[in-house]
This record gives sequence, structure tokens and C-alpha cells, in this order.
Amino acid sequence: MEELIELNIGPQHPATHGVMRLKIYLDGERVKKAETIIGFLHRGSEKIMENLPYQKAMVWTDRMDYTAPILQNWAYVLAVEKLLKIEVPERAEYIRVILGELQRIAAHLIWLGTHLLDLGLMTVFMYAFELREKILDFFEEISGQRMNPSFFRIGGVAADTPHGWLKKVKDFLPEVLNKIIEMDEIIQKSLIFERRTKGIGVIPPEMALEYNVTGPVLRGSGIKYDVRKNFPYSVYPKIDFGIPVFYDGDVYSRYRVRIEEMKWSIKIIEQAIEMIPEGDVLINDYKVVPPPKTKIYNSIEEMIHHFLLVTEGFPVPEGEVYASVESAKGEFGVYIVSDGSNKPYRVHIRSPSFANLQILEKILPGHLISDLVAIIGSLDPVFGEVDR
Amino acid sequence: MKSLINLIEHKLNKEKIQFSLEIKDILTLKINKENLLKVFKILRYSEELLFDYLIDITACDYKEKNIFEVIYHLLSFIRNERIRIKVELEREKPEIESVCSIYPGANWFEREVYDLFGIKFLNHPNLKRILLWESFPGYPLRKDYKLEEEGPIPTLEDIY
Repeated sequence: MEELIELNIGPQHPATHGVMRLKIYLDGERVKKAETIIGFLHRGSEKIMENLPYQKAMVWTDRMDYTAPILQNWAYVLAVEKLLKIEVPERAEYIRVILGELQRIAAHLIWLGTHLLDLGLMTVFMYAFELREKILDFFEEISGQRMNPSFFRIGGVAADTPHGWLKKVKDFLPEVLNKIIEMDEIIQKSLIFERRTKGIGVIPPEMALEYNVTGPVLRGSGIKYDVRKNFPYSVYPKIDFGIPVFYDGDVYSRYRVRIEEMKWSIKIIEQAIEMIPEGDVLINDYKVVPPPKTKIYNSIEEMIHHFLLVTEGFPVPEGEVYASVESAKGEFGVYIVSDGSNKPYRVHIRSPSFANLQILEKILPGHLISDLVAIIGSLDPVFGEVDR
Repeated sequence: MKSLINLIEHKLNKEKIQFSLEIKDILTLKINKENLLKVFKILRYSEELLFDYLIDITACDYKEKNIFEVIYHLLSFIRNERIRIKVELEREKPEIESVCSIYPGANWFEREVYDLFGIKFLNHPNLKRILLWESFPGYPLRKDYKLEEEGPIPTLEDIY
């Protein structure tokens, strides 16, 4: 029996957004056994959210998957709205869809860039980040923030779109599509990329089910499941779009799924911009949503509403709820138990990265150490979300 | 939903298992902890139900009632339906059977619940803390663990 070499990789390493320690046992260059050690970024988000009023707890959802904050906002807001039984104005729903899909593209671009940088394709990294910066400009314009917009509100979105914003987004879309196609062409031509991804890190569909992965990882293994289609929320039923599925289950299929998903996202945004109606973006219930500033300054009643909302928040009816959205990584679910007070009694986040990362120990053995970076990158874990 | 309720009632009555069904935001099934594995096997393997996908495991601390509740969310691709399963545990001796033998992916979820609530999962293949270090005092998500200004700081031995 040969002796295995124990090797520590991490906590800091290039293949992840965040910190993870990987303990691997090597026989020559082959991985025999792997152990993931997480928790370096654990901040106790759930506990902190349980000690904050509902609307203030929302900003914590931004800081979980910090590459796709808007989508996390969405899941949380959906859960609270389900408890309050609020109907959101239609214009707000469309703005949510547009922002959500823009965010999905941005999140996939950051994945694409860093993943390919790990594999040695520098050009695409530059392209992807340039494009992502341009998308973040739209977020800055609408919310004033690039990274953690916290733009959604319980009952709508924080503000209407600035003048000309929708047209600008629409004009920008062909550029995104062309750039994605161009990047895809460059990558497909690369022999290195092909050799390093095809047949690497294979997840058979049965294993994907057993280890409850979601998102592009699941769809790369040939199972067609997308929360947007299977359990539709918001105005997705009105929009026509498809779900890309690839059947090999290797790093390459997961790459293809994400590329195709970005193309579909562009189509969704196009349709949403065409269909968006005029109207309010927030509900008129001043018990939940702060009144507009002009009213606050001119009427004592609205002033009191505003004051109470800021200091105490609002009570939420008793009950429990699970709401989920399709985040860039998979099914992002929020489970809330309310005891009727202004703070959630229990918040639990079902984060896709946490579930997806679990499979790593299973698929690593048998691969070369140089494949490790490709496999970790293809799962796209973000550690703010894994550790919470 | 109606057919699902009938089906579950039929299956569980046949096995003489006590339960209560409620429709909240999704169908909620409350069972005793002794029947956990039996119920999970029925839900997972019977061909009409086929809840083959475990979404999530979490827990909630009801301190006034002196119980913990373990909450499972399951999903069936074929039926395209979700179900929630709740199990009550006594607060003094929180122990429950692990479902890793049925859903191997439950491994990390159960470790997380063990880590943050101190609920023991019997027959779990590798039950140790996952997010916090081994010598961390207390269980942070229990209601009697107060949110403090500064928590304990791990030493190097705790981490490595």
C-alpha cells in the first residue's frame, strides 16, 4: 500500500469567490480522497436577520451571493409578501424581471471570466469583466449602487426607472448578445479548453438527484428543472423562454448551460421591456411602505407612518412560508416563521451553493490535481452564500 | 393537490402511522419522530408519490413550548409538487434519526442543523460541526443564545 500525500489547498485560492479549505490526499498526481472544510466566512446572517425588523433584514440578503444580490432580494421579498398577502403592482414585477435577468447575466459573466482565467484563457476574462461593468452601470443608474443595490422593497421596488433607462438597456442588449457569441467562439476554438473540460468532473443524473444540486449544475446533468418554469413566480408565465439542458454532466456541459442561459436572459429582458405597463411601482399601503417624501413633509399622518416604519417596522401575520427563486446558482429559497411581531422569528436560507458544493467530495477522486480548479470553478460556489 | 392529499392519507393509513395534514403555503405533514424513516421511505420510493428530491433541512426553536421542530422540504419532479414535513423534538434531549440513508445529500444539511441547534442525528455518517469550529461554546441559533457584540475568537488549534 503506497502512502498518500496529504495536501492542503486554500483557504485562499483562485477557483472560488471566497475562502474554502480543501484537504486532498494524493497518489502521485491523482486525487484519491478529498475533504472540503468551510465556514471561514460564517457571519451568522440568519441570527442577525432574526434580530432585525423585516425591511432592515433585507440588506443581509444582498451580502450572501455577492455576485447576484438582486436575485437574493427577490426570494426574501417574495417570502414576506406571501406572508402579508400583498399583490405587487405589475410595473414593479416587470422591473424586477428586467433587473433579475440583468443580474443573472452579470453573475454568469463574472463566473465565465474567472473560470476561464483559471483555465488559462485571459482574453475572455477581460471581455467578460468589461461587459459586466457596463451592466453594473445600469444598476448604478437605477439604484445608486453597483454591488449591493438592495433595490427591492416589500411591496414593489424602491423607485421607478430613470428617464430613458429602459431604452438604454434595450439598445445595449444586442451588444451583450454579440459579445457573448464572440466569447463563445473564442472559447470553442481553444483546444486547451476542450481538453480540460470534456469528460471532467462528470455528475451522472442519479448522483445529481441524490445530492440535491440545483441550477446549471443540475441542468448540465440532463435534468430539466428551473424554478421559473416549474413553480412560476412574478410575471414569468407571461414571458416566452426556454430552459437549456445538456446531458454529459461534465464541466463542458455546465459551461454550455450557462452560456445558453445568458442568451435566454437577453430574450426575456427584450420581451419584458416591450410588455412593461405604466403605473405605480410600490403599493399604496403606508403601513408597509413608506409614503412619498412630498407627502411626509406636508401631512402629519404620513409623517407618523414614516416614523413608525423607520423605528419599529411593521407587524407580519403569524405563519410560515417558503419562497424560492431561480438564482444564478440554482434554487435560492427563504423559509420564514413569523410569530406576528415586527421581526422574523426564524429565517432560514436554502442556498444553492451550499448544496452544490457538497457534491465536490464525491466527484473529485480519480481526477488529476490540475483538473481540480476546473471542477471547483464549474460548480460556481460563492462563499458568502455557502457560509452565510 | 387534492389527489396528493388522498394518496398520502391512503399510504400512511395503511402503515398505521399517525400524522396530520395541513395546507399552508404548501402541503404540510406533521409526524412523530419514531415514524420518520418509514414516512420518508414511503414518500421517496412509492411510485405514485416519488418525492425524489430533498430541497432543504432546517430547524426552529420554540422556546416557550419547550420543543424543537425539524423541518424538511421535499420536491417531486414527476408531480411537480412540494411538501413540507415537520417533526417535533423535546428540547432537553434533541435526537432524531438521520435521513442520509435515503437522501445522501442530507449529509451537510444535517450537519448544519447539528452545528447551529445542537440537534443530534442518529446514524449520521459524519456528524461534526460544519460552519463553526469544534470547541465553539453553545448553539447560536437557539433562542437562549443572545446576539452579542463580540463572539468568541478561534485559536489556530481550533481551525487546524
